[in-house]
Amino acid sequence: MTAIQHISTSRRIKDRVVQGLVYLAFALAVVPLVSVLWLVIKNGLGRFDLDFLTHSMRNIGARDAGGGAYHAIIGTLEQVLLASLISVPIGLLTAIYLVEYGNGGRLSRYISFFVDVMTGVPSVVAGLFILAFWVLFLGLPFSGFAGALALSILMMPTVVRSAEEMLRLVPNDLREASYALGVAKWRTIMKVVLPTALTGIITGVMLAVARVAGETAPLLLTVFFTDSINNDPFSGPQMGLPLFVFDQAGRPNDTAVDRAWTGALTLILIVMLLNLVARLIARWRAPARGR
Amino acid sequence: MSKQIQVSGLDAYYGGHKAIEDVSMTIEPRSITAFIGPSGCGKSTFLRTLNRMHEVIPGARVEGKVLLDGEDLYASSVEPVSVRRMIGMVFQRPNPFPTMSIYENVAAGLRLNGRVSKSEMDGVVETSLKGANLWNEVKDRLNKPGAGLSGGQQQRLCIARAIAVQPQVLLMDEPCSALDPISTLAIEDLMAKLKDDYTIVIVTHNMQQAARVSDRTAFFNLAEQGKPGKVVEMDETSRMFTNPTEKATEDYITGRFG
Repeated sequence: MTAIQHISTSRRIKDRVVQGLVYLAFALAVVPLVSVLWLVIKNGLGRFDLDFLTHSMRNIGARDAGGGAYHAIIGTLEQVLLASLISVPIGLLTAIYLVEYGNGGRLSRYISFFVDVMTGVPSVVAGLFILAFWVLFLGLPFSGFAGALALSILMMPTVVRSAEEMLRLVPNDLREASYALGVAKWRTIMKVVLPTALTGIITGVMLAVARVAGETAPLLLTVFFTDSINNDPFSGPQMGLPLFVFDQAGRPNDTAVDRAWTGALTLILIVMLLNLVARLIARWRAPARGR
Repeated sequence: MSKQIQVSGLDAYYGGHKAIEDVSMTIEPRSITAFIGPSGCGKSTFLRTLNRMHEVIPGARVEGKVLLDGEDLYASSVEPVSVRRMIGMVFQRPNPFPTMSIYENVAAGLRLNGRVSKSEMDGVVETSLKGANLWNEVKDRLNKPGAGLSGGQQQRLCIARAIAVQPQVLLMDEPCSALDPISTLAIEDLMAKLKDDYTIVIVTHNMQQAARVSDRTAFFNLAEQGKPGKVVEMDETSRMFTNPTEKATEDYITGRFG
């Protein structure tokens, strides 16, 4: 019979050391996050006023204080919304095909492969593609919609991947339970599978939105640039918050740099707000918890 | 509304693997038929061929005939979805829809199949839950999630869900294997009650259960691992458990193997 063993000192020490390393790694990971947030809030709060949120940069001279990012906020919201409207349905349908209909066949393997390839496309390449196709080849003007197209190229693979993951997590039992009730496959997907995976899908979509909301390079090549308010994403140059930050931060005077910080803060807040809204929707739609 | 099932020369495959071979039997209406046999002998597979759930698995297919009151379920013109509407199924593990309340779970079959008025639905939900002996336990919390019930209650909820679409036949794949004796008893009582209206087929590993609840019993076995499963013997339950014809049946029932 083996006796009850006591934890040896060396094991105790190893445990401590590894625990320490894990905490250290965590701290290292959090430091940049906290410092970014801290810097942006500290420097951005100064100009974060009503003026900033309601005015554009039109007629603001190079050395003038004042001005705002209203045009950029409108642009970012419209572009991201349009990009989501394009990429979420396509991405979701792709994921549904891969999980529910593909059965690991040749087409679904090809799709999977190309989604992986798309994940690796640098954002500037997506911008260049739309520039070449939309603006140069089709001869259409720079517009918020062109920017949305570039962003949707970046969003789509993220949406497909996360939705696919979430759909695969739905237990097969539930599909079978639904089939056994004499429910057709597409209805099973609509009424049983998708609602069950909804929370996760929304989280995935929000991550994709957060990713593209901060993209600068593709916008630079597709929505061009403007200091004025342009509410129509389908005609004429627009602005986006990342572009605004990029532009203002490159200017030589402090008032512009302050605007850049505030622009960054606004962008972070917008993404956070969207996240919050999505989470509320998810909670409202999610299965009721508890007994 | 109970119907007879006649199976003749049925083979079922998973891809290239033949899981069951040449099964023929008659399942009588308004009775409980039990399938017993060692694990992996194809009982559940056979059960799933009866309502065309087998083919839901990629690569799975069926050869042979299943007649429901004379109508071939595997005729090329038959819509599998409508077969499943007529032949309900209860699974081994309780699987209520997690996004739905108790009420919605029971209503799911009807609601997902078309429009039913609210008052009609209320009636169906109540009768189904009463039919599944669950009404008294849940009538005050119909809007709470179905996943919040205990295992035995969840299984009865699944039974209520299955009978809400008013099938002709109810297939039960080891419905009590995940339940405690009290919940098992509740479900056995329920089966005895349901048999007045439905044709019931149950797969079970519990010999006593088969002896207690069923009218007829079929014993499935396979010659060896990797070979397809077959029906060794099928007879009145009382005969099967007291005086089986086949040696293998007797060995299995008395616990000499399996």
